[in-house]
Amino acid sequence: MGLVWVLAAGLGLLTLLGGGFAIGLQGWAFEFLNGWWGPLPAGQIGMGLGAVVVLAALLMVLGCGLARLGACRGNAFVACAVVFCSALLLLFVALPVGKSLLGAFIDDTGRGSLQALAERLGHERVWGLSCLAGGVRCGVAWNTLFLALLTAAGTTVMGLVLALLSERGRFRFGGALRLLALLPIITPPFVVGLGLILLFGRAGLVNQVLEWAFGLPPTRWFYGLFGTWLAQMFAFTPIAFMIIRGVVQGISPSLEEAAQTLRASRQHTFMSVTLPLLKPGLANAFLVGFIESIADFGNPIIVGGQYAVLSTEIFFAIVGAQYDQGRAASLALILTGFALAVFFLQQRVLGRASYTTVSGKGDGGMPLTLPEGLRRLCWTLGIPWLIFTAVVYLFAFSGGFVQTWGRDFTPTWAHFKTAFDIQWSTHGLVWAGSAWNSLFTTFKLAAIAAPLCAALGLTISWLLARTEFAGQRAFEFSALLAFAIPGTVLGVSYILAFNVPPFELTGTALIIVLCFIFRNVPVGVRAGTASFKQLDRSLDEASAMLRAGTATTLRRVVLPLLKPALVAALVYSFVRSMTTVSAVIFLVTAENELATTYIIGRVGNGDYGVALAYCSVLIVLMSLATAAIQALVGERQLGRRVSDHRSHPAGVMA
Amino acid sequence: MSWGIELRQVTKRYGDASSPLVVQGIDLRIRKGSLTTLLGPSGCGKTTTLRMVAGLEAPSSGQILIDGQDVTALGPSQRDVSMVFQSYALFPHMNVIDNVSYGLVVQGVDKRSAHERARATLELVGLSGFDTRWPGEMSGGQQQRVAVARSLILEPSVMLFDEPLSNLDAALRRSMREDIRALQQRLSLTVAYVTHDQSEAMAVSDQIVVMDKGCIAQQGTPRELYEAPASAFVADFMGEAMIMDAHVDAQGCVRLGPLQAPARQATAPGPVKVAVRPQAWTVDDRGASGLPGKVLHCAYLGAVLELKVRTELGDIFVVCNQVRSPWAVDSEVSLQWTDQGVSVLPA
Repeated sequence: MGLVWVLAAGLGLLTLLGGGFAIGLQGWAFEFLNGWWGPLPAGQIGMGLGAVVVLAALLMVLGCGLARLGACRGNAFVACAVVFCSALLLLFVALPVGKSLLGAFIDDTGRGSLQALAERLGHERVWGLSCLAGGVRCGVAWNTLFLALLTAAGTTVMGLVLALLSERGRFRFGGALRLLALLPIITPPFVVGLGLILLFGRAGLVNQVLEWAFGLPPTRWFYGLFGTWLAQMFAFTPIAFMIIRGVVQGISPSLEEAAQTLRASRQHTFMSVTLPLLKPGLANAFLVGFIESIADFGNPIIVGGQYAVLSTEIFFAIVGAQYDQGRAASLALILTGFALAVFFLQQRVLGRASYTTVSGKGDGGMPLTLPEGLRRLCWTLGIPWLIFTAVVYLFAFSGGFVQTWGRDFTPTWAHFKTAFDIQWSTHGLVWAGSAWNSLFTTFKLAAIAAPLCAALGLTISWLLARTEFAGQRAFEFSALLAFAIPGTVLGVSYILAFNVPPFELTGTALIIVLCFIFRNVPVGVRAGTASFKQLDRSLDEASAMLRAGTATTLRRVVLPLLKPALVAALVYSFVRSMTTVSAVIFLVTAENELATTYIIGRVGNGDYGVALAYCSVLIVLMSLATAAIQALVGERQLGRRVSDHRSHPAGVMA
Repeated sequence: MSWGIELRQVTKRYGDASSPLVVQGIDLRIRKGSLTTLLGPSGCGKTTTLRMVAGLEAPSSGQILIDGQDVTALGPSQRDVSMVFQSYALFPHMNVIDNVSYGLVVQGVDKRSAHERARATLELVGLSGFDTRWPGEMSGGQQQRVAVARSLILEPSVMLFDEPLSNLDAALRRSMREDIRALQQRLSLTVAYVTHDQSEAMAVSDQIVVMDKGCIAQQGTPRELYEAPASAFVADFMGEAMIMDAHVDAQGCVRLGPLQAPARQATAPGPVKVAVRPQAWTVDDRGASGLPGKVLHCAYLGAVLELKVRTELGDIFVVCNQVRSPWAVDSEVSLQWTDQGVSVLPA
């Protein structure tokens, strides 16, 4: 019986997909099919809603059939979930990325050739090292690596300094640090770049002062490696700070106390106990900084100037005058290679012993305060950094309120008016501002994507944490691998893979929603995985023992207890969808313009006022949305003693 | 006769075929209305066996029958079984009454009658009036009772307990195990009960199954296991025992150095291994007949004395209830044994 189901579903999928891929817009998609059956009179257009429904139904049949054959211990719900998630990952990650990376092998005449690949990969513009020999510039791959190393090292050091300051430095401004940690989440990634331009750009304050004091003519000295690096430092240090702070908090104070009772000085304890325990965290922060840097698109495009990196080069290869798919694909191949290499390194680092797992045993010790010299170092590095960050954000914020930065500092609402004007007319309310359109589109698409993304992410994490099925390791690995793909590569892949039938999505809003979903699924998976680790597995088992089916258990037990993860997944995917640039910049059209791409466009025109005004509005909106989702989903009720007397009066009366 | 639970040649391994068997071909039958304990050290496969009966793990091979019906392929929610977890696994986001009625509610019973039956079940475990409490507000013993009530409410044909008392303190453990046993007998439940505590097993069980390294080492009533252990492992696990080389003479007497005792079961003459309980020994002044020795160490524990005595047969651990005068270290003594605590182990 199960075999019949599986065969039927397999046959259905084969015909559907086979038919879809074999016939393109203008007849057969492959030359040899012409030879077999002769040319077709007409082609076919992409699949529509009906085909999607059929596809979903066939996948369900396949899942149920597999369950009947004994897969997933006969649990049809789990089998369908596995089949469905795998199909989604295959269709929207593996297929586009694979297809577009294969483009690197295809030469100008449309034939596959290794020579074309070798030519593109080995090109002087990619791997050239002439800058070392006094030439003008190095290859773009070297540029990317160099920038990433600098950024990773810098953010790790600053992250460590700030983490030590907040956890061990008797530092009284913990609130400021927490705010700092929150900022990069709710701000578009290029805000820092914009703030820095207001400071150091040609019309920036620094150049103005130099000109006024020494008569130096303002130049574009800031644009390039230094500017990009500084922008990335400000943008990604908070991430390193969060990672390292988590590890610092995890170090059991009794280990340090033990060292001190063995007559080690504070200095020596720090060097011989604390720092070695921090090593895995530092390594992880370094790798995360590296990945963020090579995948970053917003900062290099704003302050990069002539300093080309892979993500921007891919962009220009697609949208620029050159329109060279093969070049874009080969650059994407290199970028993916970098990302995957770091990803494997990171897996190894995380896989190895982390000494700081919380054991659940009470630990009453006092954490070590920093040795005096180190504390002073942390203060002298950390405090100016914090002040500087505040200044950069302040500038970015205030830039929207002045006439023309650098020339005319008259306060004005003009930029807000241009972007967000509302008028009453005879037709009623008119959204007259130029930004409304993109804002509404972004909001709508992000709001559609967020719940889907959270659902998919949590489902995947649940499958990984709580179920058993054949090929689970492979599923887990490919899911993680898919998430290591940089956003730029994903965006390029979408536009290269989905512009032809059977899955023809280019130019639609759907492709942007899909991109949002699959770009942000890792966040949901991570939030879910972390929560499942804390949730006692016997709760699910108890529910199953009480005859609740898998779906019921998920709805009544797992989901209520997973609320914090749900909130996190919803908030992150929504906010990240609102603020992402790299992936969607390829996918927007005049009809579906997004907030971030609109801002980048303004910046390109030198229209900083409007861009910054828009950024400020986005930041405020993001904060509100975060709070709203938090309130909507609510806290999970655990009926703990402390909170209980306030929230459940009935419990007090009993 | 149909058995409450029957396991036929059940094995379990985690991972692929090269990984070791955690449970190595167990045959086990549990009578209806009886309480059977799976007893053994940690890692012996007892909890895995219980979870396979529950349906939480699938056996790698073999068959599991509940009430004569093959349930091997069924998931946990399709079996007529319920389970009390070591951690209680009370849903932290539901109050007591919702926890207890959960099994009925997911069956589609309407909330009012589900709550009514839940109240009746709570009364059964002595928790009337706790309906609106939250699990976090209750003591360990109360949480334990809620967990029992929750699994009782579906009136399962088989109930499973996975180390239910290991999170309670010693005094509470004693009273809870009496309560569980009383409840089991009153409702004549079929119960499989996992523990690593030998005295707990002896106190509650009709039948004890001692497990070791994924195999059944021995099964029988508590008395059979204690008095006639089938192996050194069982003898040592069911109360302490010292395994010594002795031999059986033509009259069927066990001889150990100068000591002798009638063998409790007929044994062929020749060398044997005997298990001697620490309580089997009595201590006398040197001079009386018996096994001469020297006191190495003596501790006064109130009800008993614990001694370590060096003899020609090795150092012997003795627990004796002659507590009036502790023995000084190095005093010369002679040891006697009573046949109560001596068992001949099968070859």
